[in-house]
Amino acid sequence: MATVDSTVRAGAPAAPGAEAGRVGVGPYRLGLRRLRRNKAALAFGALFLLIVVLCLCAPIYASDVAHTGPNANHVTETVKVGGVSKDVVSPTGVPIGPTWHGRFFLGADQNGRDIAVRLLYGGRNSLEVGAIATLITMTLATIVGIAAGFFRGFVDGVLARVLDLIWAYPVVLLGIALGTSLALGGITIGPFELQGNSLLVPAVIIGFVYVPYVAKPIRGQVLGLREQEFVDAARVGGAGPLRIMWSEILPNVSSTIIVFVPLMIANAILLEAALSYLGAGVQPPNPSWGTMISDGIRLIPSAMHMTFVPGIMLVLAVLGVNVFGDGVRDALDPRAKVRLEEHAEEASR
Amino acid sequence: MTRFVVRRLISMTLVLFAISVLTFLIFQAIPNGDPAARLAGRTSTPETVAAIRRTWGFDKPIYEQYITTMKKIFSGDVISYAQQVNVVHQIKLDLPATLSLAIGAGIIWLALGVLFGLLSAMRAGHFTDRALTVLALVGVSTPVFLLGAVALYFLAFKASIFPNGGYVPLTQDPVQWLYHMILPWLVLSVLFIGIYSRVLRSNLLDTMNEDYVRTARAKGISERRVLLRHVLRNSLIPIVSLWSLDFAAVIGGGAILTESVFNLQGVGQYAAESIAQLDVPPVMVIVMLGAFFVVVLSAVTDVIFALLDPRIRLTGR
Repeated sequence: MATVDSTVRAGAPAAPGAEAGRVGVGPYRLGLRRLRRNKAALAFGALFLLIVVLCLCAPIYASDVAHTGPNANHVTETVKVGGVSKDVVSPTGVPIGPTWHGRFFLGADQNGRDIAVRLLYGGRNSLEVGAIATLITMTLATIVGIAAGFFRGFVDGVLARVLDLIWAYPVVLLGIALGTSLALGGITIGPFELQGNSLLVPAVIIGFVYVPYVAKPIRGQVLGLREQEFVDAARVGGAGPLRIMWSEILPNVSSTIIVFVPLMIANAILLEAALSYLGAGVQPPNPSWGTMISDGIRLIPSAMHMTFVPGIMLVLAVLGVNVFGDGVRDALDPRAKVRLEEHAEEASR
Repeated sequence: MTRFVVRRLISMTLVLFAISVLTFLIFQAIPNGDPAARLAGRTSTPETVAAIRRTWGFDKPIYEQYITTMKKIFSGDVISYAQQVNVVHQIKLDLPATLSLAIGAGIIWLALGVLFGLLSAMRAGHFTDRALTVLALVGVSTPVFLLGAVALYFLAFKASIFPNGGYVPLTQDPVQWLYHMILPWLVLSVLFIGIYSRVLRSNLLDTMNEDYVRTARAKGISERRVLLRHVLRNSLIPIVSLWSLDFAAVIGGGAILTESVFNLQGVGQYAAESIAQLDVPPVMVIVMLGAFFVVVLSAVTDVIFALLDPRIRLTGR
């Protein structure tokens, strides 16, 4: 039996197990309780949140601490470190390393731009691309997955083939194909027009590329759900297909959708970095963690802070959201974990 | 069985056709802008644009353009605009490096992925499992080009244990070939090992709850034998189909990042260099090639599985 309506189950008399005493505890409440016990997941979730907040504070840091913007060049200037005045970029083109002071806290890049300021602004861009891409993926995948699974037949035939088709392309290759093509001319979708160098271009591309990875599992789940008695009951009750999909099917796939969100954010940030590294993602001079890493890679021997600073930040952010997402999955899908205490829930799935 | 194979081959052909159409559309029919200008890239003159418009037939109807493009690709006379070299010829030159990378890394990531997944599942909840989980998560959270660059800096530039990138053909010097390939193999494998070990771990744990496993235990078979002969064999099916897809993607230029970081001069790096110059014809051909490899290899895997496991013949179409 699927967890159709948790109140029915929890309200049933003499339900065995530790949760029996609490009446009306829904699956999400149980999931939240399990998540709260997972300290590692919470800690990494907090780490990700901290990075998000820091990046949102980028303008404050730029104006009040570093006194410079993300794209401002200071190539010919000098900076005082411990009373000694030093070139921001040396005559041989080597940028200054971390000063651990307000200005150039984490050093400069080869154009004399403040790495710490760019790191925060770049983080905003990376996270923004990740968030928008995830939103696009989840929305499209949910609609396509539910429609394909629910209507089956012709609709499913067409949608499933299209998903298979997109899925056949290696992710990075499809991303760069779209990125190269769109960076030149931009896109027009209906009334929306995007310039080639807009941040939304990589976001739309990444969002689109990952749709099959989420839509396929949702479709599979809906194929099973639509045969359940509660769907028949709704149909007998006079509900149309849209209403059934919205209020009967969607709530039952919502845990799958939730599980995919952190995973998609992590993947989207990584793909943004990869596309930017190849020049098909965020377009310069806009900073993003990916563009900063690719700026730095050629200069690792002389200025490794240019690669390591954004690299460590990127890995921490992605790791944070990955570990948290892992915890969410374990909490919402106890089958994925061997814990005897949770076998009570397993029986009801 | 024959029916299954024939049906699978027909659907494969249809998908291949659809991929060629979609790839064509991505590069030539996206609204906004002149496809000839797109093909010519950013550093184009009006004369080259006009020449491209004529040779690719952009003044003709779209289906005719599609046929011209495919003819050009399959007869092997696509010319790149930035460097004026034959794209198909160049890809053939680059293929040995890419194949070396794919085969070596494929073996490593499959073997280590299975080993770590097995260890993790056997010791579920214990220290080994936790440690491997952390490692796997770090592995999937690190961009491969960052890992490659850092490994090159410390192991090649600083410590001089490995060469600083580059590719030596196997036929020219097998020892140098191996020496140059070890680091790229390991770096490319890290991500996949992370994914595979985690997928296998959860598959194994699911399978351990099956009735036939209990039956096997009840018969008095040793735990080791139960795990290897009964549980692992069944849990490997999704892993192997995953492997064939990833392997195909790497052959088709999907390891574009690893190849560029290590300067392997493979198909993927060719694509990366073409993107940097916004030279579209090579990118188009390589993207199509990558998708083709995935489709063909997944069809082959399906047929092999159907031979091995009759259940797939009945359920999976």
